[in-house]
This record gives sequence, structure tokens and C-alpha cells, in this order.
Amino acid sequence: MSMINYASREINCKLVYYGPGLGGKTTNLEHVYGKVQPNTRGKLISLATETERTLFFDFLPVDLGTIRGFKTRFHLYTVPGQVYYNASRKLILKGVDGIVFVADSQVERMEANIESMQNLYDNMAEYGYDLTRLPFVIQYNKRDLPNASPVKDLQASLNPGWPMTNPDRQKVTADPNWSGEYLVWQLSTGEWVERAPTYEGVAITGDGVFETLKAVSKLVLKSLG
Amino acid sequence: MPGASSWSFREEDYKAITEHMNGLLRETNVKSLMLVDRNGQVVANVGEPPQFDPQAFASLTAADFSANDQLAKMIGEHEFASLFHQGEKESMYLADVARRVILVALFDSRTTLGLVRLKFKGTVEILTRVFEDMFNRSGTQNTKVEGFGTKEAEDEIDKLFGD
Repeated sequence: MSMINYASREINCKLVYYGPGLGGKTTNLEHVYGKVQPNTRGKLISLATETERTLFFDFLPVDLGTIRGFKTRFHLYTVPGQVYYNASRKLILKGVDGIVFVADSQVERMEANIESMQNLYDNMAEYGYDLTRLPFVIQYNKRDLPNASPVKDLQASLNPGWPMTNPDRQKVTADPNWSGEYLVWQLSTGEWVERAPTYEGVAITGDGVFETLKAVSKLVLKSLG
Repeated sequence: MPGASSWSFREEDYKAITEHMNGLLRETNVKSLMLVDRNGQVVANVGEPPQFDPQAFASLTAADFSANDQLAKMIGEHEFASLFHQGEKESMYLADVARRVILVALFDSRTTLGLVRLKFKGTVEILTRVFEDMFNRSGTQNTKVEGFGTKEAEDEIDKLFGD
């Protein structure tokens, strides 16, 4: 839920990094924290266990710049990925403006990715939010590992697309990140399908981290118009 | 509803809110008062400037309240409308306002919990009315920002992201 303060001309938006445990959500935030100018970010807060597993959330506020005289501040949150922390994971989603799903590309983690994606849909639905109509991007993380699944397999399992019923947006849209692929397209049966933009990442080295953040932030800002 | 709704407040809302908060500050002698929305964003702050990161404080306050809400439900309560955290020197008292924001007092031995709790009650009632009027007036569904959605705004957004 973005909060617009006309007194101080600030817009505050909430982004949530979601995904399976040990997938790299916290690493994404740590990279952002390490790379942006200290005067444009706040403290990185981590509510973690002694073994550095996220217990409740990580939090990082970042100022992205000024649009139409409004200072845009993004609050970046991660959720705990471990399955049994669902109660706290669900709390973090409350009031979300944009979602980044950080998938773990390793073949062995495919089931965990699918379970987490299903959990995201379920938790959003419980708040009455429709994930398919909210700024939503997917990051395929750990692309450097030898056991990384091919992107097309990840796409087929995690991002097959959803029916797109808004006639204003029913036009073929190429995926700028994957030549020959589409973000919006029409099936031979006539139905329109849309899927989330995706980015490849190696969060530990920072590859793809800012591309992902920029993509989701831009979608959020555009949704305010 | 596709997603979470936005909410906005204007200069005059902000003025009214801070006036009530300043009144409470004087009556209770607390060090500072902060108003935080349920999503962890700072709405207003009066009294001594905080010696900590207010945004981090706000996000933790919202999480604290949300976690306690769930605990309340587990024991069969609808909510915990207020919370108290006692420290050796510094303490905090937090109260729900209109189910959307949280009023937080930071105080030390210059005042007492009893006085804070007593005086909070009236201000929370007033602020609840202020916020309810505000939400009823502006609506909270899909708030659009003035100037956004125009070609100029789109260009500025593209420029900001280097496209």
C-alpha cells in the first residue's frame, strides 16, 4: 500500500522479495545496501536466527529519486523462506505494492520453488490481492551454478502465464530480456496470456540484482499514474 | 481488489495530526511521539528528534503490532489495542488508531505509564476520527498521484531508471 504524503511530497512504496529458503532474497538486499550511496538508503535491519536464517524479515529503505517533485522511497522487505514460518511471511505481504520472486535455479530446488510460488499465490489471495494484476517480476538466481536448470524449464514450471482479460492490454508484447519470447501473447485458441518479466541473477556477485529492482520499482511507479 | 490500496494525506491533514500529537506531548511529558502506518511507514513525528533510524523503527513497530495481533487471535482476542514495552530507562507505549496507524510514545522517568495511558485514550479517539474522516473523504482505493500517468511523468520514470 503506497503512502503518499503531500505535506512532505514523498511517496513510500513497499516491495517484498519472496521465494524459497536459501534462494538469495537476503543476498539481494545486502547487495543493494552495499552498492547504493549511503545518503540514499537507511539501515539494513535483519531479524534473523543465530545461524543467519531470516526469522521474520529483512528491511532496507532506499530513495530512488524524484518523480514530478515527489521523493520516491521504496521499502524493501524479504520474507523468511523456510516453510514453517508462514505466519510471519504472510504478515510481511500486507500492504505490498510490488513483488520480486527470487527462484533458486538449482535443479534440486525446483520443488521448493514451486511450493513457494504456490504459497505466494495463496497468501496473496487470503488478503484479497491478485498477484497477476500487481507489479510482479521473477529473478532466476544462482545462474552461475553448474546444476542450474535451463531457464525454459523454470519458466514452464514457475511462470507459464495467466489468462489476460483486460482488452486494453491485449496486444502482443515481446519480452525485452528473451528474444523470441513474449510477455503478452495470444494462443491459437484465441485466449490472451500474460506472464511476469524475468531476470537472470547471481545475487552473490550482484549480477541481475539492480535490473530486478529497477524493473519492479518502475512497474510500481507506473501503477501510481 | 488487485492489490493493496494506497492512501494519501494532505498538508492540512498533517497539520491537524501534528497539532493533536503536540497537545499529547505537552500533557504527558513524554520524550517523543511517532505515528507510524501499519505497513511500517513514518507518518509524523513530534518531540525530541529520534537518535535512531526512524524508518527502521517504523518497520519494526508495524511488525511488532502485526505479530501481536496474531498472538491476540491465537488466545481468542480480536486484537491488542495497545502494547507496552518496559526498559530500564526508556519505555514505549503503542496504541492502535483506526486500525490503520499506530501512535507510539517514547518516555523515561520524567513521566509515568499511568499518565501516558490515561492521556493517550483521548488523543487516540480524536486521531481515530481524523483518520476516519480522511479515509472517507479521499477513499483509499487505488489512489493516483497528482501529475503521475502523464507523458512527462512516464519520461521522468524512464530517465530515473536509465531507459
